[in-house]
Amino acid sequence: MEKWYLMTAAVLLGLTVRWTVSLNSYSGAGKPPMFGDYEAQRHWQEITFNLPIKQWYFNSSDNNLQYWGLDYPPLTAYHSFLCAYVAKFINPDWIALHTSRGYESQAHKLFMRATVLIADLLIYIPAVVLYCCCLKEISTKKKIASALCILLYPGLILIDYGHFQYNSVSLGFALWGVLGVSYDWDLLGSLAFCLAINYKQMELYHSLPFFCFLLGKCFKKGLKGKGLVLLIKLACTVVASFVLCWLPFFTEREQTLQVLRRLFPVDRGLFEDKVANIWCSFSVFLKIRDILPHHIQIMISFCFTFLSLLPACIKLTLHPSPKGFRFTLVSCALSFFLFSFQVHEKSILLVSLPVCLVLSEIPFMSTWFLLVSTFSMLPLLLKDELLMPSVVTVMAFFIACATSFSIFEKTSEEELQLKCFSTSVRKYFTCFTFLPRIIQHLFLLSVITMILLTMMTVTLDPPQKLPDLFSVLVCFVSCLHFLFFLVYFNIIIMWDSKNGRSQKKIN
Amino acid sequence: MAALGIATGGSNWFSALALGVTLLKCLLIPTYHSTDFEVHRNWLAITHSLPISQWYYEATSEWTLDYPPFFAWFEYALSHVAKYFDQEMLNVRNLNYSSSRTLLFQRFSVIFTDALFVYAVHECCKCIDGKKAGKELTEKPKFILSVLLLWNFGLLIVDHIHFQYNGFLSGLMLLSIARFFQKRHMEGAFLFAVLLHFKHIYLYVAPAYGVYLLRSYCFTANKPDGSIRWNSFSFVRLISLGLIVFLVSALSLGPFLALNQLPQVFSRLFPFKRGLCHAYWAPNFWALYSALDKVLSVIGLELKLLDPNKIPKASMTSGLVQQFQHTVLPSVTPLATFICTLIAMLPSVFCLWFKPQGPRGFLRCLILCALSSFMFGWHVHEKAILLAVLPMSLLSVGKAVDASIFLILTTTGHYSLFPLLFTAPELPIKIVLMLLFTTYSISSLKTLFRKEKPLFTWMETFYLLGLGPLEVFCEFVFPFTSWNLKYPFIPLLLTSVYCAVGITYAWLKLYVSVLTDPPVGKTKKQ
Repeated sequence: MEKWYLMTAAVLLGLTVRWTVSLNSYSGAGKPPMFGDYEAQRHWQEITFNLPIKQWYFNSSDNNLQYWGLDYPPLTAYHSFLCAYVAKFINPDWIALHTSRGYESQAHKLFMRATVLIADLLIYIPAVVLYCCCLKEISTKKKIASALCILLYPGLILIDYGHFQYNSVSLGFALWGVLGVSYDWDLLGSLAFCLAINYKQMELYHSLPFFCFLLGKCFKKGLKGKGLVLLIKLACTVVASFVLCWLPFFTEREQTLQVLRRLFPVDRGLFEDKVANIWCSFSVFLKIRDILPHHIQIMISFCFTFLSLLPACIKLTLHPSPKGFRFTLVSCALSFFLFSFQVHEKSILLVSLPVCLVLSEIPFMSTWFLLVSTFSMLPLLLKDELLMPSVVTVMAFFIACATSFSIFEKTSEEELQLKCFSTSVRKYFTCFTFLPRIIQHLFLLSVITMILLTMMTVTLDPPQKLPDLFSVLVCFVSCLHFLFFLVYFNIIIMWDSKNGRSQKKIN
Repeated sequence: MAALGIATGGSNWFSALALGVTLLKCLLIPTYHSTDFEVHRNWLAITHSLPISQWYYEATSEWTLDYPPFFAWFEYALSHVAKYFDQEMLNVRNLNYSSSRTLLFQRFSVIFTDALFVYAVHECCKCIDGKKAGKELTEKPKFILSVLLLWNFGLLIVDHIHFQYNGFLSGLMLLSIARFFQKRHMEGAFLFAVLLHFKHIYLYVAPAYGVYLLRSYCFTANKPDGSIRWNSFSFVRLISLGLIVFLVSALSLGPFLALNQLPQVFSRLFPFKRGLCHAYWAPNFWALYSALDKVLSVIGLELKLLDPNKIPKASMTSGLVQQFQHTVLPSVTPLATFICTLIAMLPSVFCLWFKPQGPRGFLRCLILCALSSFMFGWHVHEKAILLAVLPMSLLSVGKAVDASIFLILTTTGHYSLFPLLFTAPELPIKIVLMLLFTTYSISSLKTLFRKEKPLFTWMETFYLLGLGPLEVFCEFVFPFTSWNLKYPFIPLLLTSVYCAVGITYAWLKLYVSVLTDPPVGKTKKQ
């Protein structure tokens, strides 16, 4: 690649933004007794380092599960253990059992931030660069532009480097999985994706498209010949990688069950805090959480999720293609986010990752979605005192996308990938030509709403009767957006495969 | 929609670059800031709360006002915005006051005044005709030049981390250079006169301005062979130039003359009580000289040629005290540095007089003046290298030779700024930003001049690559060795000596290329 230096510049720019954001405050800084996710991660280092592996997920006098008990899969625990080992080397006080609770210092912050950067640098960033280099049918300039935009995506940067989490690890593994599966390195791809699931159980949002795509590939090769071999190989890879990750917890039945109970806390309710999904937005009108019994809530959310992702998954199984796979990843993750049980506001990052992957295909809509996704986390970011870096990184991301993809010139039906859809609608309504214009106006309206809401949240005090007014409004507006995007992405998936079939007929 | 599209759209790459770097500057707000932050806060307080007659006498804080009057007025103007942020920062007795609002205000004042710099870069890009190259946007000289200027690593870390106002001052200088290129000499002269009364460090490049204006503006024509035509001298032009300079100076110094305070003002502006080298040696001739002295004294001690009792203690233990005493070589006086600087500048100024080459020749002379004074000046700050680096960017997109000099000068000059940021959280920022700027500048200029001979000889490549191991040794290895306590000055000493070699080399190379360049009169058809 002749312009490797521009790619280097893009990566370095991404790194600069990441590190400068990390100089800001983190979640729960100086807020005893519970602190925040930063303390959670530190506490996990303390637990994993000082307790035997059998006690990690169990409540005990040394491990109070009420205080940030470990509730992520084993890989996260191993990662914490590794970090703790380094921490012990630098300053044992950081991870001393009991006494280190709520430990905060500049040096420790630096250490924690560095662990995030290193994990990011090892897993997520190489995957992004490789993914963009492998993109087909676009110029080198566009490849670099999409790498820059993906690396500048503010949501992930703000949560990982501001709020403090290690999403780049699980998302990075998932991205390696996408890369592998898309370029026919199926076994490596599924291995990477298993690692992702074993790092964060939320990666299950992506699991159905992976499953359907691989299954579809097997079907395509013929279930009696090569397809069966591939299927068996895949199954072995998945089982083996899971067994390897869970080995210490498979020794006793109770161990495994306890870890699973920690991973899927079904008794925690339909949703927590303010999430931009259907249930939270709907409870503005009707408090479902209080009215319906617990198991019915689970059933309802399961049914809705299942129904909303079914069509896309079936299409993908019948017509597996890398492009369809990427779009199905988006729509499935979005369905899970909108309808499933116990969703966190940060889970929107799981939708954003596949949207980043289609950035070069539908720049306008992707940019819009990524802006909304960051906006939907506004209440969280404000709580962490990250207003300034949020505004700045969002603007930087917007400028990067707008300049490198000239998104405002890409709003024709063709470039929105809605050509087939509108042609088929025009069979019934001949005057259906206003779609691009409507979408442009909607975009403008949405941007104005987001800016206004942000300014109101920051400057105005909510009325005393409704202390959460603005955060509920933010969630509600974002939820409307996400519903719109769910419809949009499903339209693309449905009409694209139809298009593929008709093309095949022509061929 | 359309307006949004135009504002940020695909064709308007310049505004995207400028906005991008502005946002980066905003992200740098929470970084470490040096005592210069308190210096400027104190000046805000002085100018806001005291009458003019007190400005240059006030000494509650050790950071007394030591910039020319225009800068004081600038702080005065800023202070009237500052009072809406935090009234407390305008109190002279509130030493080391830095509330979060104060921080925001001061940082944003730098970011906003940088608008002038952006405008100046825009003007420079319009009038610099670099090498004609590919159609691709990223390979156009204008694009490369605006990245090199707007995203300049030195300016970013000195202004937006360390804290100073070099952005808009450099903007004034670049703007005056651009005006010369646009043949608007009076405006250029006016801007430079104003600049001088903002920050007197720009006196270093004043000879270039003076000689150029006299030779190429006051004399309106040349003989066919390029030599001077004495009868073309225009008194009107000379007098109008003189009037501009006089009026600007009168506006700036007049009030203090009326108050009979000029000697006090000048004693603040030119404090010769400080040592030859700044606390950290700027990578110039004197750094090499002092290092040689140190080596000689160590050798002398080993060979018992020197009496240990006669050696001043400070120079052996730290080597970084303000008043530096040389042990073997003769100590240097301000007068000596002044004479050295003048001698170093003379050839370039002569060249400008006898071989006038239009604004491009002026630009070369200006850079040489800046570099010469950096090399030999008294108490030079490492930041002064920006005075040469920024104008050199304009030359770099024109010719391969200049590009090569620019890259050596910039890379070593920027690396020599590293000790300014010594705190751990800023370590990744400075390394990543430096890598960003260096890889971009080297690769883009290489692409621009790919059809000509390679930009670097193997020795230059080797030297530049050596900066990597040097950084690793100074910041990652040395602090963990046992020498760290005994000889804490070694990293700084190594850095400044290593960089001094590169900067001296770039200075000499530029001099050689200027002196051996054929005069323009013979090559041009006119």
